[in-house]
Amino acid sequence: MKGVKVLPVFLLLAVLASAPLTRAADIIGTITLKGTPPPEVPYTPLMDNPDCAAMHKTTPTTHFYVVGPEGELADVVVSLKGVTGKSTGTSQPPVLLDQKGCLYTPQILAIQTGQKLVVRNSDHCIHNVHCTPKVAGNEEHNDAQMPGAADLTYTFAQPEMFITFKCDVHPWMFAWVSVFDSPWFGVSGTDGKFVIKNVPPVKYTVEANHRKLGAQTQDVEVKDSDVTVNFTFEVK
Amino acid sequence: MNATAQNYNPWLHRFIVVTAIATFLLLGSGGMVTSHEAGMSVPDWPNTYGYNMFLFPVSKWMGGIFYEHTHRLLASGIAFLTTVFVVWLWFKDSRKWMRWLGVLAFVLVALQGVLGGLRVTLHMDKLGIVHGALAQLFFVLVCAQALFTSRWWQNVAQATRLPDQKNSQNAAGTAALRWLVLATTVLIFLQLILGATMRHQHAGLAIPDFPLAYGKIWPDTTAAAVAHYNTNRVEVISENPITAGQIILQMAHRIVAVLVLICVGAVTFCSRRCQSAERAIAPPTHVGGYESKVAVRLSLFWLALIVVQIALGAWTIWSNKAADVATAHVLVGALALVTGALWCVVAFRRWRPLPRVEPAGTLPDAFGAHPAMAGNK
Repeated sequence: MKGVKVLPVFLLLAVLASAPLTRAADIIGTITLKGTPPPEVPYTPLMDNPDCAAMHKTTPTTHFYVVGPEGELADVVVSLKGVTGKSTGTSQPPVLLDQKGCLYTPQILAIQTGQKLVVRNSDHCIHNVHCTPKVAGNEEHNDAQMPGAADLTYTFAQPEMFITFKCDVHPWMFAWVSVFDSPWFGVSGTDGKFVIKNVPPVKYTVEANHRKLGAQTQDVEVKDSDVTVNFTFEVK
Repeated sequence: MNATAQNYNPWLHRFIVVTAIATFLLLGSGGMVTSHEAGMSVPDWPNTYGYNMFLFPVSKWMGGIFYEHTHRLLASGIAFLTTVFVVWLWFKDSRKWMRWLGVLAFVLVALQGVLGGLRVTLHMDKLGIVHGALAQLFFVLVCAQALFTSRWWQNVAQATRLPDQKNSQNAAGTAALRWLVLATTVLIFLQLILGATMRHQHAGLAIPDFPLAYGKIWPDTTAAAVAHYNTNRVEVISENPITAGQIILQMAHRIVAVLVLICVGAVTFCSRRCQSAERAIAPPTHVGGYESKVAVRLSLFWLALIVVQIALGAWTIWSNKAADVATAHVLVGALALVTGALWCVVAFRRWRPLPRVEPAGTLPDAFGAHPAMAGNK
């Protein structure tokens, strides 16, 4: 009869062992902009370049402030501040940065340390891919990329915000790549929304960083369900 | 015929003058590279996108490549011209110092080439500032060599002076003028370095208005203010956001511009005073009288250059740093530097400390120099 009393205990322990003690959750949110941003400027030098002008029917403009009808702000990089040493970059698929129409696409992106960034020349003209990181341990590169040439691949060993990628042949071409030492980051889309997936339950400082508007932080505690964190930037 | 006159070789002089003009064009070419942010548009050196530099197809000279590649080709041309005149000097000019000055020119042009190449291959942007400043010095050197090979320079040693007794006051005035010209020239060179440093920040215009700065006489450079400037700034070809340091740098450049204007104005004033003093004590046919007229005209030319330079600086800001305007600003700055430098060369060359016993009535000329002594070549 002793065995009958012990069996339920063993069963309970087995169930508990098979279930995770904690559950990762997502941090989701929306970024909005208050105020009127400065007007975007046309890429006049692009249209002065015959190779590049041929790829555009109208003059493209800068897009530092991508704002929706309700103030939804895109291109804000959201991350967990101070979280390092958790990178899974080497096992992640590469991220593509394309040169198309003499413009970088996308202009704002984020990767992990050790993750491959693939730069492609989809144009019929020469570009040079010149990145200028400022953090020691991240190497500066300046590589020629002829039309139809193979993709160039880069990785960065250290976290850094907004590493500049530019083309000196076409000096209006810029992209900014942020590098994190963990998989927990996101970039807001045109709807202003961002998602940071599978965040272990702990207290964090969430940082939202826009290249022109600066950074904001909020403290959150992730438990066993999704957490919503919204940010509002203001142009003064 | 004395040894000095034997050194005059009109074709050598013309060759160096052509080299000086070509160097001026190269300065403009280099200015356009920086103004168009094209300094790194050719990632390799000395090749160009894998081609031998001299065989790079013209069809690929597009965008920033056009400015950087033509700059490299012009620089190669200058190096060739410099090599030719150095060898020519060595065989045809008996002045030992002149030959070694030619060697210095060769070393400088070679150093310039290496600096430009290392800037590209080592990604050392700050080398661009050194490269730009050294270019100005090389230009001064080549212009000086054009002066030294001129008939005028080589005849100056043979100039005579009429005796005069009332010279002590004018001697003091022209000595002051000489040192004022030197100090002004040094100030102009410092201003050029400030300008080169500004141009290599790759941040566009740190201050977008003139003559005020962000609407004030002295701009707000607090962190909040600078963040506000960057938030409201939409740039096309500028890589970096602006910083408080860059704003202060531009303010320093503006202040030094005013100082340069005052100094060159003072030079003009002193030149006219020297001329007046000289007229009071010397007959109109005095050699010094002729030279004082030249000095006044030169000072007025220098003043005009500075006024044009300030106007170009303002226009650079008002045009949101248009490449051609910014480059013209670089070129006029170079002319202002060369004007002062050559004036110094003439004034100090002909100056020697007065001997304890000197012939009575020797009159310093309006450039601030005492008459050529025997053996002064």
